[in-house]
Amino acid sequence: MRELRDDFPILRDRSLHYLDTAATSQHPECVLDAVRNYYETANANPHRGVYELAQRATDASDEARAAAARFLGCDDRELVFTRNATESINLVAYTWGRVNVAAGDEIAVYVAEHHSNMVPWQRLALEKGAAVRYMYPDEHGRLTEAELRRVINEKTRLVALAQVSNVLGLLAPVEKAIELAHQVGAVVMLDCAQSAPHMPLNLHELGCDFAALSGHKLYAPMGIGLLYGRFELLDAMPPFLSGGDMISSVHEYGAAWADVPRKFEAGTVDVGGQVGLRAAIEYMEKLGWEAITKHEAHLMELCLEGMAAIPGITVYGDADPRERYGVISFNVEDVHPHDVASILDADGVCIRAGHHCAQPLMDRLGIGRCCRASFGVYNTEEDVRSFLGSLKNVRSFMGYGS
Amino acid sequence: MDLRAIYNQVITENSRSKEHRHPVEGCTCSLEGVNPSCGDDITLQLRVKDGVIEDAGFLGAGCAISQASASLMIDLLKGRTVEEAKRLIDTFFKMIKGEISPEELEELEDAAALQGIAHTPARVKCAVLAWHTMEEALDK
Repeated sequence: MRELRDDFPILRDRSLHYLDTAATSQHPECVLDAVRNYYETANANPHRGVYELAQRATDASDEARAAAARFLGCDDRELVFTRNATESINLVAYTWGRVNVAAGDEIAVYVAEHHSNMVPWQRLALEKGAAVRYMYPDEHGRLTEAELRRVINEKTRLVALAQVSNVLGLLAPVEKAIELAHQVGAVVMLDCAQSAPHMPLNLHELGCDFAALSGHKLYAPMGIGLLYGRFELLDAMPPFLSGGDMISSVHEYGAAWADVPRKFEAGTVDVGGQVGLRAAIEYMEKLGWEAITKHEAHLMELCLEGMAAIPGITVYGDADPRERYGVISFNVEDVHPHDVASILDADGVCIRAGHHCAQPLMDRLGIGRCCRASFGVYNTEEDVRSFLGSLKNVRSFMGYGS
Repeated sequence: MDLRAIYNQVITENSRSKEHRHPVEGCTCSLEGVNPSCGDDITLQLRVKDGVIEDAGFLGAGCAISQASASLMIDLLKGRTVEEAKRLIDTFFKMIKGEISPEELEELEDAAALQGIAHTPARVKCAVLAWHTMEEALDK
C-alpha cells in the first residue's frame, strides 16, 4: 500500500508517531473537506424544511446512512445514528433492557469489555434485580468456547461481547457466542468499536442482534456513532430520548413514534458528523480491506518481533500476531506506564497508558494498568522503528540495568 | 521537550528509594490519596505530637513522579511543625504553578527537583498527589 501519512494533515508533521488509534483515530483530508463542504453547501435542519436546501441536508443524512449500511452489511433502517458506541450500548440498555430483563435473569459479560459494554449492564441488573455473570479469558488471553458454555444458560437474556478487545486486541469467538446465545433465546450486544477499523464486517452474515460503533475510531469525526439493531428488535423497542423528530404525531395527552430508525434519533442530529462518517467509509473502501489488513498485519508483526527482542517487556495476551488487531498492550519491568508514555512522548511517540477503560480486566491480569500501542492505516515502519528505539531506552533512562 | 528536566537524577533515585516507604508506628493519621485517571495510589501515615510531625511514611504504588514526590516531601517535612509544613506545602504549589521566587525555591531543598513538572501539565497531578494528601491530613 502507498504511504498514507500525507492524506492526514495532522501527520504531515514527521516528528509525530501517532500510536494511539485505539483511543481515537486521525482524520484524512477528504473527511475534513466533506464536513466543511456540507456546512458550506448543504446545511439546514434535515427532515423538516420544505425548501431545496433542507432537502440537500436530508439527502446528505440519508446517503450517509446508506453508505454505513453498505459498509456493515445491513439495511439502512437498522442503523441508528448516535454520538458513539457508548451511547449506542446505553440506548439498548435503557430501551430493550428495561422491557426484556427482569428479576432473576442473567446478563453475560466478558470481563475484558470496555467499561461502555459493562457498566450499563451493571446498572440495568441492579435496577431489575438481575445478575451480571462474567466470562474470563484463559491464560493466553482468549475467550474459549468452554467459557462461553460455562456462563451462557437458560437464564441469560443478553450476552455483551467486544469483537476485538481494546486492551488485548484479540478476536473473540463471536460466531460461537451468537450461536450459543440464540440457542437459549438471548440476544448479543456486540461492541465493534475496536474491530470495525481493522476488519470487514457483515452484520447480517454474523447474525448478531445489536452492534455498536464509534466513528472517531474509524477516521470519522468525534461525536458520530452507530447502533445496529435487527429490525424486529428495534421495531418492538420503546424510544430512548424523546422530543422533536422522533414522533409521528403528538397530542396533548400522548404521542406516536416515528418509524425505525428515526424513533431513536430525537432532536437535531449531527449531519456534519454523518457526512464525515460517510467520507471516512468511502476512504476505507477505496483503500480496500485487502490492502488495509495486509499493511496492519505487517506492522503488527514487525512491532511484536521488535518488542520480543527488548529485555523487560511483557506483552499481554497471546503474542501471536495472527488474530490480533491493531492493539498491543504491554508493560516495562519496574517502570510505571505513565513514565513510559512520558519518555516515549519526548521522542514524539504517542502511546496510551492507564487502565484503558477496562479496570476489571486489569484486576484480572493483576496489573492495574499498562501501556498500549495501537495502529491505523496511516502508520509506517518508521513509526514502529521510532517506537521500538524509544522503548529500548526506557529502563536505563529510569536508572535500571537493562 | 527536555525529558531530564522532569526525570532528573533526584527524581529517578527518589522514585526507587525505600527510605520513607513504611508504615508509621503509633500513627495519628492515615490518609489515602488517589489519582483516579492514572491509578497513582498512596497512603500517607503521620505521627503528629504537640504540633510537630514526628514521623511520616507512605505506602502504595504509582508512577516515578508520584513516588519520588512523596519521598521528597517526607524528607522535607518530617520533624517540622504543622504550621511550617503547611507553609512549605503552599510554597511547593507555588513552584508547580511557576510563581516561585529563588529564595522560596531554596526552602524546598531537594523537592525543588520537581520544578520541571510545571511545564508538563499532563503530569502535574502526579507531582502534587502526596502534597495534597499531606495538606488534607494536617487539616484533620
